[in-house]
Amino acid sequence: MSFAFTDDQKLLAESADRFIQNDYTFENRRKNMEMDGGFNRAVWTQFAELGWLALAIPEAYGGLGGSTGDAAVLLESLGRGLVVEPYHSTVVLGAGAVAAAGSEAQKNEILPEVAEGKRLLAFAHVEPRARFTLNHVETSAIKDGGGYILNGEKAIVHNAETADTLIVSARTGGATTDHDGVTLFLVDPAAKGVTLRSYPTIDGLRASEVTLEAVQVGADAILGTVGGAMPVIEAVVDRACVLLCAEAAGAMDAAVTLTVDYMKTREQFGRPIGTFQVLQHRAVEMLGAKDFSRALTYRAASVVDVADPRERARAVSAAKVEMGRGGKTIGQEGVQLHGGMGMTDDMAVGHYFKRLTMIDVLFGNIDHHLRRFARLG
Amino acid sequence: MELILTAEEEAFRQEVRAFVTAEVPEEVRRKTMTGFRLSKEEHVTWQKKLFEKGWVAPGWPVEHGGTGWTPMQKHLFEEECAAAGAPPVIAFGVTMVAPVIMAFGSDAQKDYYLPRILRSDDWWCQGYSEPGSGSDLASLRTKAVLNGDHYVVNGQKTWTSLAQHANLMFCLTRTSDTGKRQEGITFLLIDMEQPGVTVQPIKTIDGSTEINNVFLEDVKVPVANRVGEEDKGWTYAKYLLGHERTSIAAVGRSKAQLKRLKTIASVEMQEGKPLIEDQNFKEKIAAIEIDLLSLESLVLRVLSDESAGKGPGPEASFLKIRGTEVQQGITELLVEAVGNYAHPYVPEAMKTGWNEDPIGPEHAASIAPHYFNWRKASIYGGSNEIQKNIIAKAVLGF
Repeated sequence: MSFAFTDDQKLLAESADRFIQNDYTFENRRKNMEMDGGFNRAVWTQFAELGWLALAIPEAYGGLGGSTGDAAVLLESLGRGLVVEPYHSTVVLGAGAVAAAGSEAQKNEILPEVAEGKRLLAFAHVEPRARFTLNHVETSAIKDGGGYILNGEKAIVHNAETADTLIVSARTGGATTDHDGVTLFLVDPAAKGVTLRSYPTIDGLRASEVTLEAVQVGADAILGTVGGAMPVIEAVVDRACVLLCAEAAGAMDAAVTLTVDYMKTREQFGRPIGTFQVLQHRAVEMLGAKDFSRALTYRAASVVDVADPRERARAVSAAKVEMGRGGKTIGQEGVQLHGGMGMTDDMAVGHYFKRLTMIDVLFGNIDHHLRRFARLG
Repeated sequence: MELILTAEEEAFRQEVRAFVTAEVPEEVRRKTMTGFRLSKEEHVTWQKKLFEKGWVAPGWPVEHGGTGWTPMQKHLFEEECAAAGAPPVIAFGVTMVAPVIMAFGSDAQKDYYLPRILRSDDWWCQGYSEPGSGSDLASLRTKAVLNGDHYVVNGQKTWTSLAQHANLMFCLTRTSDTGKRQEGITFLLIDMEQPGVTVQPIKTIDGSTEINNVFLEDVKVPVANRVGEEDKGWTYAKYLLGHERTSIAAVGRSKAQLKRLKTIASVEMQEGKPLIEDQNFKEKIAAIEIDLLSLESLVLRVLSDESAGKGPGPEASFLKIRGTEVQQGITELLVEAVGNYAHPYVPEAMKTGWNEDPIGPEHAASIAPHYFNWRKASIYGGSNEIQKNIIAKAVLGF
């Protein structure tokens, strides 16, 4: 296990950081958020041109074949800019599921288009009553000739309203929380019976409640093995958790830097507030929270591609717990050390705080991953 | 652990409960409990109702319109109001400026303002913080220059809560630059509805606009609107900060929110069981409950010292620190409780007249905004760091 970044990774980080600094300012992000669908399609095209969408897609399907560690480097930079473009939905979760479970035909059709920025995906798995239990799937898929009929509800599906294809999990067998019996389907969001109720999220993204009412899909819509999707979903979500942690590492880094800069310039009692030792120590706690979380995240990134499911799960849950704690420390203290200014929408620190809080909630919060880690022994 | 009450206290509690339960409109109760914004009218209507009952200012001396209640009665009143979802009485008039006017105001000011405060005829706001003067409040620079029978005020106040509703502001202004900074500050009562006063909302991280910048440009303030002496305003402001500190602890409100947390945690399901049955979550609730019990105990102690004529000491700063920590702790557990449904942000759902189905459970809509909004509590009213400075200096003698 190597903890050093490769030369390619260093170059990637440099170019992504430069992009964020020059082209993805706080003001530009705000404009992007307000665009149709909640992000900037021109930026998405730029991502494609820079090779960022292809980065972790297999070479055989138009990608660059990068590792999860490579993707983490990119996500960390994107986290510094609080990027609202649908990277997780389309590339990490969507293309991740297709690459892991798809037939040759499906991979050939979808993955090159994702890499080129021509197809957007959304991962419709979580359900309203599932909380953080990944194998809680009530949505049903009933066999109908060669295809299936889908009925159910999916919750907080990020970027569903702009997706060209939804990846929907549904039960072809078993009871609500059985590990067996879940199947993935490719669903056209424009298909009859698919209803989206879309809304902004508190951290500046877009999501939808997706209702499936007698949605007919053909045999070619089945992604992977009928009834055997859970191991795929677990692997895809574990990898997504690591990359969310990588994004969080970038967000934490930016929030710490902003706060320290503020402490050096904001004067009260005739001197910069950063000269008060009691506040310095709190800034040090923030920095430490970021460093530990980032270190564990990259370790998890190197594990997810190679380890068995149990080791993978332990590494991911550990990273997610540390990220959740660190994000809370940095978000809360970042705002507090900014004083009233930290409460304003005009300052970036509150936006990092919100994103970090929501990354904690995504695919299981601190308590969930602590429990999972403990159960794995 | 319930409070052990005498028969009289229990009867009093029942009397308050019967009144507030009957008088708080359902819509207002729902909004208060869920942290939705109340309109100015909803606040004022409730305060007028309390006035008619004679209960709007329990902390005031009886001769000015107070209730003459014992400390326990005051505490029970607050608890019952919060439990019934009554809007909190807006502090700026009744509990902030009024005690200062009573102690240091002219007879004319007492005669004019105090009855109006009781009747909620005016909406007050607090002109303290400035862009350059937050924790270091004594560095404030809003200038008041005496010109015949009035002052001319120029400057900017910030973080002014609910200034959009206010017609009056109690304001700290600088009248002298010589000597100690604290000795050149004057306490003025400013009419907000006059030329030169501009209120500009500040959007906060939860998307709301309850705080404001207030710009003062050649604003005329009659000398008759000065409280006490010129250059002595800092003393009055400190008096205000030391007065009725028990209300900032918001014990009743936190009790109500804790109850709400338990209700939500008993309907949110985790792995087939109500979340509240999760041992870890249960213990997190318990830890906050214990924090709240010790806070309540300290509040009752301070209240009884107050009624024995002993003003609240600087220990009262602990009430602010612990009170806000408990409030924030509850908002944090609420976010945990709703799980994935912390994500949707639909501000319209928090307003009156929104008739669409909620996204996810109805209780979830305001929870994340409220969590982010409530980070203000450890910043406002003298940040918790400043409270610790006060205790270190005044209690520990550092």
